[in-house]
Amino acid sequence: MRALDLDYMVGLVPVILGYVPLTLFMAVAGMVCALILASLMAVERVIKVPVLDWLVMLFISFFRGTPLLVQLFLFYYGLPQVFSLLAQINGVTAAIMGLTLHFSAYMAEAIRAAIIGVDRSQWEAAQSIGMTQTQMMRRIVLPQAARIAAPTLVNYFIDMIKGTSLAFTLGVTEMMGAAQKEAAGSFLYFEAFLVVALIYWAMVELLSQGQKVLETHLNKAYAR
Amino acid sequence: MISIRGLTKRFGDTTVLDTIDFDIAAGERVVIIGASGTGKSTFLRCLNFLDRPDAGTITVGDVSVDAQHASKRDVLALRRATSFVFQNYALFAHKTAKENIMEALVTVQGQSRQQAEQRALEVLAETGLAAKAESYPAALSGGQQQRVGIGRAMAIGADLMMFDEPTSALDPEWVGEVLDLMRRVAKQRQTMLIVTHEMQFAREIADRVVFMDGGRIVEVGPPEQVLDAPQDERLRRFLRRVG
Repeated sequence: MRALDLDYMVGLVPVILGYVPLTLFMAVAGMVCALILASLMAVERVIKVPVLDWLVMLFISFFRGTPLLVQLFLFYYGLPQVFSLLAQINGVTAAIMGLTLHFSAYMAEAIRAAIIGVDRSQWEAAQSIGMTQTQMMRRIVLPQAARIAAPTLVNYFIDMIKGTSLAFTLGVTEMMGAAQKEAAGSFLYFEAFLVVALIYWAMVELLSQGQKVLETHLNKAYAR
Repeated sequence: MISIRGLTKRFGDTTVLDTIDFDIAAGERVVIIGASGTGKSTFLRCLNFLDRPDAGTITVGDVSVDAQHASKRDVLALRRATSFVFQNYALFAHKTAKENIMEALVTVQGQSRQQAEQRALEVLAETGLAAKAESYPAALSGGQQQRVGIGRAMAIGADLMMFDEPTSALDPEWVGEVLDLMRRVAKQRQTMLIVTHEMQFAREIADRVVFMDGGRIVEVGPPEQVLDAPQDERLRRFLRRVG
């Protein structure tokens, strides 16, 4: 057993940190797109539009039923062979699209459960003042569902941040890819990957602090 | 002027409302009494399609809707011509008292926020809750919540204001303040349709009292007639029980 090369690790930290913006960009872009798509699917699942309902269920079933890595490969390496238009797509875009589709399937179910969890009286009060279905969803139901779904959705966001490391397999040099390249030169694989692990961990910890602030904010209306 | 013809509602095989015909004059205050499960609440809820009636026509002001051919637009028009006070208050839990009142004005009626806020503050002052404008429902007592609920319905300025057992969920200590507010609403010649078990209040506020049983209107008339000289045996039995 050899000692850890701490100097090497300390020197590597700023190099890997340089890739944090790319990781965050992929995760935030993926999260925003996934939230929009998941909310639309969740609302559809609640109000049940004929035919569309069947398609949404199929979508959710497929993207929950297959591994993210397989989906990314299908998207990046597979589909361009079938649709030449997709040959232009770069690794970062493909990763964001893959993360969006994958996580939207999970999040749609979480949001659907949260929508159903909004008390019936809230829906009726919205109807009684003459709101359209869209107004009721946007103004009354979804904001309250957001509070119920928030802890679960933050969990998915954490998962998504870590999931961006799979973009490495699409040839994107992000945190994981950079560490791999560094290690290939120095042969200090353990140190390099340990630095990556610690940086991911720190990011997620910071986010968990943010989660507390978010939940306090969302709960402020409910304090007695 | 409100006109109801042949209003019918079934839940499965049970007929909850059986071809009800009823008219209410503008500014009239009508109180519905009757035992639990006789269709009183369903009657109210069918008038704004919170429960969808199976048949009948409902006319409120210029809005006339045939239950069997009611489009989404018809239903919205009817709901906008009426307002509703719920037994369990049903305030929007994520909005302050002021925002609860503003919501219909801004989102449904398209008023400016400024205009709606001014109206909301006026209404809160009328309900005696000016100091609670920025409070969320969870921080209010049951009585205060229901007063905001009534304020929300008042602000809409609907042709017909409906109250579905507005004091039934309240602790006894809060009933008085809610009834007081309803008396003030009644003084403004607002057309009101009220389901309640408060017989004394019914006697005092109602122009007419309606007794419902088995999904039908059994007896209608001024309070002194219906409450003091009941004709139907079911009404007599009911009055003895609540008496």
